[in-house]
Amino acid sequence: MISDQFPALIIVFPLIIAFWINIVGWWWKKPCFYMSVSALTVSFISSIGILNTVITNGTIHYRLGGWEPPWGIEYVVDHLNAFLLVIVSFIGLLVGIYSKRDIEKEMPQKIPQFYSVYTLLVMGLLGMTITGDAFNLYVLLEIVSLASYALIAMGEDGAPLASFNYVIMGTIGACFYLLGVGYLYIVTGSLNMADLSELLPKLYHSKAVLVAFAFFLIGIGIKMAFFPLHVWLPDAYTHAPSSVSAFVAGTMTKVGAYVLMRVLFTIFRPYFSIELIPATTVLGWTAVAAMMYGCVLAIAQHDLKRMLCYILIAEVGYIVLGISMANRMGLTGAILHIMNDALMMACLFSVAGAIMYKFGNRDITNFRQQQLNKKMPFTMAAFTITALSVVGIPPTCGFFSKWYLIIGAIDARQWVFAIALILSSLLSAVVFFKVIEKIYFKPREPVHPHNEVTHEEVVMDEAPMSMLIPMYIMVGGILILGILSGQIISTVIQFAVPASF
Amino acid sequence: MIEYIIAKYNYWIYIVLMMIGFYAMIGKTNLVKKLLGMNVFQWAIILFYVSTGSKKGGATIPIVMGAHGHYEPAQAIQFLNPLPHCLMLTAIVVGVSTTGVALALVIMIYRRYHTLEEDEILELLETSRK
Repeated sequence: MISDQFPALIIVFPLIIAFWINIVGWWWKKPCFYMSVSALTVSFISSIGILNTVITNGTIHYRLGGWEPPWGIEYVVDHLNAFLLVIVSFIGLLVGIYSKRDIEKEMPQKIPQFYSVYTLLVMGLLGMTITGDAFNLYVLLEIVSLASYALIAMGEDGAPLASFNYVIMGTIGACFYLLGVGYLYIVTGSLNMADLSELLPKLYHSKAVLVAFAFFLIGIGIKMAFFPLHVWLPDAYTHAPSSVSAFVAGTMTKVGAYVLMRVLFTIFRPYFSIELIPATTVLGWTAVAAMMYGCVLAIAQHDLKRMLCYILIAEVGYIVLGISMANRMGLTGAILHIMNDALMMACLFSVAGAIMYKFGNRDITNFRQQQLNKKMPFTMAAFTITALSVVGIPPTCGFFSKWYLIIGAIDARQWVFAIALILSSLLSAVVFFKVIEKIYFKPREPVHPHNEVTHEEVVMDEAPMSMLIPMYIMVGGILILGILSGQIISTVIQFAVPASF
Repeated sequence: MIEYIIAKYNYWIYIVLMMIGFYAMIGKTNLVKKLLGMNVFQWAIILFYVSTGSKKGGATIPIVMGAHGHYEPAQAIQFLNPLPHCLMLTAIVVGVSTTGVALALVIMIYRRYHTLEEDEILELLETSRK
């Protein structure tokens, strides 16, 4: 049955296609886009198949090459990664379609290279999500990082320097993760996550295990741009090409959050990361700082993409806060927020890309004279709905994940967390309403009773269909998934939360 | 104290090397120096892994010698653990490709700004924005 091979297919197919895109691209540029999209479609279909199997049959263990787990590499898919695989491959496919016109305009001579590396990036993120082997995760993490360095460097002026700084920071992060794996390997002699989780409890008081845990947290913190370690993110994502920042902002930090959950609750047992050392407490308070810092700095920006980058830093704070509450509601909120935030961020950055595509700049102060509401009404409607979702207004999905997060904070009796959640929602309302006001409202013109102000007709100049349709699928997702969130929780997320909560 | 350091000298060497690399990555403004620091950092970790797999006292690679025909029980103590070394083959490949990407970026930066000092590039970026 082909469906038994989905866990391998989801990785292998894009990997092979990424290689072929590069070769075909030397002679013929036209099919590159279609090859990439077809590879991503196969990944998406496989991820749906995997999710379906996981829901009906439970966790999948896929042994690569038939080797037994502690020796061979094993792909383990439970409800949590199956859910994340669908999100990543879905956003990857949509942004892939969205990128067609954008890349044709931004870098017409680099189309094959772009699609080759982009397919590799999506494949790497899927691999990070699906793997059950700590060292395999490191290799895929580096594939993701290398692909994203290259893609970010293809952007506008300032992108190569931003990308270089990201290389330096990203390498520190990945090396710390590698050191963590090394320390665990010294004390246990195993690299398989499930095996590590069996072997480690006897060694929880060893210094090497503590050091490994610290290395893991710092390394993953850098990769997911968690507050004090976020410095590379605003520059890198601002200067990246529009489609790249849409995909990367949507998924890379979320996969980082997923890896954090795996380390906290799978490799190490919740007993270790919650009770033995107060890791979750530290993470929680840092997450509060991240939320405040991100939202406050976002208010000060006048570059739309940079503003969204700071909002993204705040959103990472939300997810980590949900994880750090370490109760059922908080974790449900965090997992739900991973999905919602992936959609919201990809959609917002796509809107920024569409504005860039039409006007060549994205300065918020120019929005009023550009008369965006009349020139690009559909794009701006998408922006507004998504912005409302980030703020957390029902019935958009952003409301539901924040609702679970706040209930989680109350369950954990952390009143400060609950207040911080509400406060940062208010701050993000300030951020977004400032932009919406610039888009839709005009300053009151002085009234001259004698000479009527003649309004010149503004012609609608909307973004191309290949950009609008993916954007509207995301907007539809934001609206529909909000309404369906109860169902999503009862079929997937309640099983994704670690059983001990 | 001295014995304590000497007994685990491989770890000390890796820590010192790693910190040298770390300092270069954080403290230097020249991009190529940063890149070299990054290489020292990565290579220190590779040394750490390789040293964890080694053993004193004449242990060799895990190939049973003369095992054709007659069977002798293999002694685990005679053999090195080859797995860290194999892992590091992958890590070396990753390190080389990271260096390659970083060097390509350095070339791109040099072509655009004609300098590799980070503060000068930032100044140029500041003035171009105004």
